[in-house]
Amino acid sequence: MSAPAPSMYSPAAKAVAEKLGLTMGRANLEEFADTLLALAKADRNILAVTSDSRGSGKLGPFGQALPKQIVEVGIAEQNLVGIAAGLGSCGKNVFAVSPACFLTARSLEQVKNDICYSDHPVTIVGISSGVSYGALGTTHHSLHDFAVMRAINNLTIVVPADNFETREAVKAAAASLTPVYLRFGKAPLYNLPSADSRPFAMGQARVLREGSDVAFLATGETVIHAQLAAAQLESTSGLQCRVVSLPTLKPLDSAAVLAAARECRAVITAEEHMVNGGLGEAVAGVIAQAGIGTRFKIVGIPDEYTVTGSQADIFRHYGLTMEGLAATALELLGRP
Amino acid sequence: MPTDRELALKSLHYRRSVLRWIKHAGAGHTGGSLSCVDILNVLYNRILRVSPATFTDPKRDRYIQSKGHSVEALFVVLADRGFFPESDLETLCGYQSDYVGHPTRHVAGVEQNTGALGHGLPIAVGTALASKLDDAGFRAFTLLGDGELAEGSNWEGALAGAHYKLDNLTAIIDCNTLQITGRTKDVMNHEPLAEKWSAFGWAVRTVDGHDLAALTAALEKPLEPGKPSCVIARTIKGKGISFMEDVGKWHHGVPNDDEFARANAELDAAIVQLSGGAA
Ligand SMILES: Cc1ncc(C[n+]2csc(CCOP(=O)(O)OP(=O)(O)O)c2C)c(N)n1
Ligand SMILES: [Mg+2]
Repeated sequence: MSAPAPSMYSPAAKAVAEKLGLTMGRANLEEFADTLLALAKADRNILAVTSDSRGSGKLGPFGQALPKQIVEVGIAEQNLVGIAAGLGSCGKNVFAVSPACFLTARSLEQVKNDICYSDHPVTIVGISSGVSYGALGTTHHSLHDFAVMRAINNLTIVVPADNFETREAVKAAAASLTPVYLRFGKAPLYNLPSADSRPFAMGQARVLREGSDVAFLATGETVIHAQLAAAQLESTSGLQCRVVSLPTLKPLDSAAVLAAARECRAVITAEEHMVNGGLGEAVAGVIAQAGIGTRFKIVGIPDEYTVTGSQADIFRHYGLTMEGLAATALELLGRP
Repeated sequence: MPTDRELALKSLHYRRSVLRWIKHAGAGHTGGSLSCVDILNVLYNRILRVSPATFTDPKRDRYIQSKGHSVEALFVVLADRGFFPESDLETLCGYQSDYVGHPTRHVAGVEQNTGALGHGLPIAVGTALASKLDDAGFRAFTLLGDGELAEGSNWEGALAGAHYKLDNLTAIIDCNTLQITGRTKDVMNHEPLAEKWSAFGWAVRTVDGHDLAALTAALEKPLEPGKPSCVIARTIKGKGISFMEDVGKWHHGVPNDDEFARANAELDAAIVQLSGGAA
């Protein structure tokens, strides 16, 4: 028997979450699977295509309920995306589901040519993304996918931070007439209430917390840690920090990025991705090209041999937790 | 239905056009376009239920050209079938032209953007599967190069086509025995080819890829119920031009003025002979 995975949240972080009244949700993966099943029950044109990944994609119930709407291609990710393109070209609304590590490397050329260049409205679903499979090693990590997928034309990239964003993103992807890359992990996540009442839309940031000291711009499963760090910085240092969830990595909500850069004293980006070519560099590009100078730090996985451990261990090691992000904020402001 | 002789004449005119546009653009994949002209001729003039008027019909047959580099042959045949005026090819490979050096859906009649080898078969599998799922009754065809078969993705697609019993799927192999570096058997041997496809669960037929009647017979209906069809078309790279036939350098060779004139003279003579024979 293996030991239970170490918690993603320190006791201090859990206490902050409790003070904020955050409720624990479930894994985005489960939210995805249930949302897709509900959509597919109402629309027989929706298909899930899997590469021996129906179990890891939590699509067992989907396969049982709708056996005619799931297509298995075997352990063949290039085939997965090629077949998805063919189905999509004939009017099927396809969700091609496979671990992000394989889907965005092994079948990258099929994503680029068969889906995006050929313009078929397929949703490419990268599950167990980032370091979700932390302890399994680099073969199973997707820390390159933002960089490569951002460099492909005609692809919207959505990285939900909680169950709400996941649910809405799956619905938006099903309605999208152009290709979407949807990327999420498998750890249970806190639910994150928005600071405003704007409905979810692809291409739009979600402000979770207002403030003008430090702006945390984050995406995916790091957003919660930024939210906790902001709350902690308020109680320990009296800082008012802004937290912006950027569920859409491309096209990036540059208005939200520029507002943060103009209105806050420092900007920190956080992502479960290598620091090369991901959210941080996208944000830096927007800020620099607007001629804005600001204190700026990209927090992600550095360009080094990735440390061994669970997702929680890796987040802690590279400062992607509440404690790490709060320390980075103080450092950036020049506070001890 | 056009007669064999009418089609044979078409092939000569297609070859003339292929050379004309490659010469005009100053670039192109000459040898592989000439080797698949007869296959495309039979597909578009006898087999595929598709026309400019039915191109948006969800039940149209689909053709996906996996060996995208032989785009000139495809463009010439599509133009002849009325998808666009052949004079559009004046812009082939030019600045801001839709007529890129590989197929794209910006061109009327093209189903899929191809050009990277090893993509067409899995896409055709998905297409044939969509037809089966909806009981739509349309067929999917793809054209592969023999060198292209070294791409592993083809064999993923081959497994899936047989697994799903896609008898509405046909893969045609333009088996001209040459690729860029030389003979396919020397670069990466794939023989015995027919045995491989049948071991993968496909119904296989080997035909002379320049015999219009034999191609028609192999393509007009699925070879065997419950199995996808593989038609191994034995072809000659550079077919129709004596000095290009079976010569590797014509893979993407562009004829100079003298070669162009000689090639046209050969085709013109063949056209006169074929027309004369009828008179
Ligand atoms: C993935 C990929 N690798 C390499 C190429 C470059 N390429 C274009 S044509 C060709 C040779 C193809 O040989 P074959 O499949 O036998 O085609 P044909 O003889 O009919 O021209 C190569 C290597 C490519 N287009 N795609
Ligand atoms: Mg060849």
